[in-house]
Amino acid sequence: MLGLLHSLEIAVGATIVGLLIGTCGAYGKLYGGPVVRDLLAVYTTVVRAVPELVLILLLYYAGTDLINQVLTAMGYQRVDISGLVAGIAVLGFCQGAYSTEVMRGAILAIPQGQIEAARAFGMSPGLLLRRITLPAMLPFAIPGLANLWLIATKDTALLAVVGFFELTLATRQAAGVTKAYLIFYLAAGALYLAVTLFSNFLLGRAEKWARRGMPSVKEAR
Amino acid sequence: MAGEAAIINTAARASLWLQPHRIVLILIALGLVLSAAFFMRWDWLPQYWEMGLMGIWRALWILAVTCALGFLIAVPVGLAQAAGSIWVAAPAKVFCTIIRGTPLLLQLWLLYYGLGSLFPQYPWIRDSWMWPYLRQAWPYGVLALTLSFAGYEGEVMRGAFAGVPQGQLEAARAFGMSRWKILRRIWLPQAFYRALPTLTGETVLQLKSTPLVATISVIDIFAVAGKVRQDTYLTYEPLLLLALIYMAITGILVLALSRIEARIPVKVG
Repeated sequence: MLGLLHSLEIAVGATIVGLLIGTCGAYGKLYGGPVVRDLLAVYTTVVRAVPELVLILLLYYAGTDLINQVLTAMGYQRVDISGLVAGIAVLGFCQGAYSTEVMRGAILAIPQGQIEAARAFGMSPGLLLRRITLPAMLPFAIPGLANLWLIATKDTALLAVVGFFELTLATRQAAGVTKAYLIFYLAAGALYLAVTLFSNFLLGRAEKWARRGMPSVKEAR
Repeated sequence: MAGEAAIINTAARASLWLQPHRIVLILIALGLVLSAAFFMRWDWLPQYWEMGLMGIWRALWILAVTCALGFLIAVPVGLAQAAGSIWVAAPAKVFCTIIRGTPLLLQLWLLYYGLGSLFPQYPWIRDSWMWPYLRQAWPYGVLALTLSFAGYEGEVMRGAFAGVPQGQLEAARAFGMSRWKILRRIWLPQAFYRALPTLTGETVLQLKSTPLVATISVIDIFAVAGKVRQDTYLTYEPLLLLALIYMAITGILVLALSRIEARIPVKVG
């Protein structure tokens, strides 16, 4: 059960980090200068082309090592980065690339007039983002982001490979000790499935809430 | 006329693409690659060259086999959900939900460690012809990846089958085609065209999940990189090369599949 808790912690953290990166990335891709746009294009392409497992290995080892080297070069003590933080950072980095694309599409789907109207009212960019862009794009972004959340919960299993103690690794250890492999793996599968189904239910509610006042998809056709 | 416009368009795009800041960025990227080539250690490459090629070959082989088999399973699964009675549709739906609701790594370990630990208890399995295969790791890897691909693709095929216009099927029935013939000549091809763009994405996802089989001791390119890291105590070089290899494979795959996509008739439905 501690493993499940760790898994969920990482999934939530990674999704939040991913959302932050995604919002900034989508803004950069849409409104940024040419250099920013190209760099973001490289980022999303590379992250989406390389397997998550390889990225996780690369960032998990390279990232912690790099930070320590920088710290020692600057004359600080080496810090021991906990697996939780590293895991969240790594998965968030991967999620960021995907959510950048989702958000970009969602922002593009907002009727242009709404943003222009907000500008005409003299809203500052921050206010515009908070009051208009984010709420207006939510109904378009939620299906894609819901998929990302489900992928995040499943990607936490990959952290077992780098030795982080989460549900899959906990299962493997428990199964190895008790020799009851099948039962433990089936139980862990049921737990993951329960998480998925439960979040499916919640996300469906959230989507309905975000879509309130809009014509339903069926009627619109 | 249209051809001329296309030529002008590509020329304009090329000049747009090579803007000054792009050239600077490309130069910086080249500098990074060159510094990586010169300042990092690559002397292990010749020694592991053959092994790496074998690993790439094995990864591609697993990818091809699992995609083909998975698609074969996905067609009936999708069909059952789209058109079958509830007795067929419900198990298919459960199958898709379970596969899509649990991590692939867990499915893989469930099959390999879980199922694999059950088999030796039964003497008749140990004596059968299957035993030499069941003792190795790759059948479990292929099985897990196939099932996962079938689960995801079954859902896609369900949508594709449901998306074929009813009129097409009614017309086929009016021609007096048998049900099997309708499926073969009308329903499946049109559903396949519809699913093809998604299929491309799924195939890339499948490629990205092949390194997972390395965790159950199948020697693919990922496992080779791991071995290099263990032998030489290098952290970054093998992983960077590995990322590069995967990016190249993805690029080639996407290019090839978009070629196929471009060949299908656009006006479906």
